[in-house]
Amino acid sequence: MSVTAPEQTAPTTSEQPLLSLRGIQKSFGAVHVLRGVDLDVRPGHVTALVGDNGAGKSTLIKGIAGIYPFDEGEYLFEGRPVKVHGPKDANELGIEIVYQDLALCDNLDVVNNMFLGRELGSQAMLDDNTMEQRARETLDGLSVRTLKSVRTKVASLSGGQRQTVAIARAVLWNSKVVILDEPTAALGVAQTEQVLRLVRRLADRGLGVVLISHNLNDVFQVADDIAVLYLGQLVAQVRSDEVTHGQVVELITTGSSGAHGNTNGNTNGNTNGNTNGNANGNANDGPNGGTDGTDGVTTTPGGTR
Amino acid sequence: MTATTDERRTPEADAPNEPASLGSITRDYVARLRGGDIGSLPAILGLIVLVIVFSALRPDTFTTSLNFANLIGQSAGVMVIAMGLVFVLLLGEIDLSAGYTGNVAAAVMGVALTNHGWPWLPSLVVGILTGTFIGLVLGLLISRLGIPSFIATLAAFLGLQGVSLKIIGEGGTIGFQNDVILKLNNGNLSITTGWVLAIAGVAAYAAVTFLTMQRRRRRGLVAQPMLLWAMKSAGLAIVVLGMTAYLSQERAINPLLKSLKGVPIVVVIIVVLVVVLGYLLNRTAWGRHVYAVGGNTEAARRSGINVAWIKLSCFMMSSSLAAIGVILIASRDNSVSPQTAGNETLLYAVGAAVIGGTSLFGGKGRITDAVIGGLVIAVVNNGMGLLKQPQATVFMVTGLVLLIAAAVDALSRRRATASGRA
Repeated sequence: MSVTAPEQTAPTTSEQPLLSLRGIQKSFGAVHVLRGVDLDVRPGHVTALVGDNGAGKSTLIKGIAGIYPFDEGEYLFEGRPVKVHGPKDANELGIEIVYQDLALCDNLDVVNNMFLGRELGSQAMLDDNTMEQRARETLDGLSVRTLKSVRTKVASLSGGQRQTVAIARAVLWNSKVVILDEPTAALGVAQTEQVLRLVRRLADRGLGVVLISHNLNDVFQVADDIAVLYLGQLVAQVRSDEVTHGQVVELITTGSSGAHGNTNGNTNGNTNGNTNGNANGNANDGPNGGTDGTDGVTTTPGGTR
Repeated sequence: MTATTDERRTPEADAPNEPASLGSITRDYVARLRGGDIGSLPAILGLIVLVIVFSALRPDTFTTSLNFANLIGQSAGVMVIAMGLVFVLLLGEIDLSAGYTGNVAAAVMGVALTNHGWPWLPSLVVGILTGTFIGLVLGLLISRLGIPSFIATLAAFLGLQGVSLKIIGEGGTIGFQNDVILKLNNGNLSITTGWVLAIAGVAAYAAVTFLTMQRRRRRGLVAQPMLLWAMKSAGLAIVVLGMTAYLSQERAINPLLKSLKGVPIVVVIIVVLVVVLGYLLNRTAWGRHVYAVGGNTEAARRSGINVAWIKLSCFMMSSSLAAIGVILIASRDNSVSPQTAGNETLLYAVGAAVIGGTSLFGGKGRITDAVIGGLVIAVVNNGMGLLKQPQATVFMVTGLVLLIAAAVDALSRRRATASGRA
């Protein structure tokens, strides 16, 4: 099965993408931001989404989150086409977004932040004890040891601890896909390390993780797949162990990795037999669309994971 | 909880569950204060200092139970308006029209009660609902149309002043004859009722906090130490029972003419409001969302909280409580005039909330702040009056007290930012 339909007829369960986007188009007025993006998020995998400023990363995740609808394209969740009209729809599917600014309330404690907007108990009486226990269990489950008390106000936490709370909030709800927008952007070295380990643990628990980052060191450290957006097109989704730092930089800046004769991406893509990408979407990819597999990673959306 | 999770806990997290000593409780508290989490402490200390100063200067009048009862009656209205303002201030908004909103509400009640001869209950309800309706309109203008609350309520401040003049008539007053309405802020409980309620209240507090503590301990959560619970309950008992004893004394200047003793009814109203509103803020999802919107509106919105509804409901809450507050002032005056809640009433109420520890920047404040701050303002006014100071001095001193409170708030915020407690 070298080329199959996007719906993927017979995948193994672990290989079936949790979330698939096919041919996503999005314009804001005259500005064509997303031009036929295909993206797959698999359970147990960290998919890094990289691209320069203005490449369309934020638009893509906001569309996934339901903040605004895509103009065109298929949105598949666990193989079924779904309609996501708002953040609540995305949450109900099991998609959680950790925003760059974290969206935490400084004046509330860790427990209250983790359950914000989805408090347990009845409207007239909150069940604070259960919330506290579940918050503690979730943090323990993620092996978070840096939080002394879950009743600490978020204002008194460090940047890394805040990020931990925001991530823990996302996994509290049996979520299946967690999208992290630049989780390490404002962190020091040790804290970045902590957060990246946490990101890895999320994937190891079987969640599909999308990591948006500008920092390629972070990306190569934790990501299984790297998806590169260039001017609104997904120019590559490749395994991180099949590309070099330099190739990714080139993809980000020029949209192609050039003809280095590197065949890694292509060969591995074929041996994996993981071919849920669609040839049609690829053909529309502008300058890269027509190239054949021997060029290296640029033509690999169909053959990589 | 399994052994593995216990290992993950740091020793500090477990410490509060061990039998605490007086020393450790004090250390925890001092650590919180140093971090800038001072709450109502400055207001309480200020209150104590003011009481000591006035008691020393006017031992014959200030400390009498007659004056104490007066002080409660004088401050009750401002306290209740301030409680309403706490909701609006928690959002980082302001309601400048609360005073005249209440004035219109009291005027509507007066018209129903006196001019139309309605019974007291429907009159009271119509008065309070008038406040709720004004709050609804203000809330819609602010949350849906997006008018800044300062401007919307400034317009309402001017407009409603006109409305209450229109209802009551220039220079006019509407007197109350209804016994129940008059007793709201003039009557006293019988001695027995006062004691029963005081003891029941303390017992209820002790029981509820004890059960909460036990429930948390059973579930393996950090609970407050038994010693702290005992200290808090005993402290409350001493204050409440002491005040009840003090207010149960005969305090009329000429007892043969008219006996005056017992806990004022308005104290019960205040306590009930504090308990109910405190519950709303701390134990319901709505209350938590109020804090969330005040702390980070955008985060609240992304969490699926209906920010517009929270704003709208807080303005309705503020205006309804303003109605109750001004009705209490009118009850004490036995009548309502266009200036029952004059210009300084609203400013005293804002001052009370801020002096009590509610932040003007939103996200921080409690209902009890309104009570403590209201007492501070009342003590200044009352004490200065007894010292025969002219009104000019009273205003200046009150202004100074407010300034000190705001400075303490600003300093503690700076401290909190430095220590990361905000």
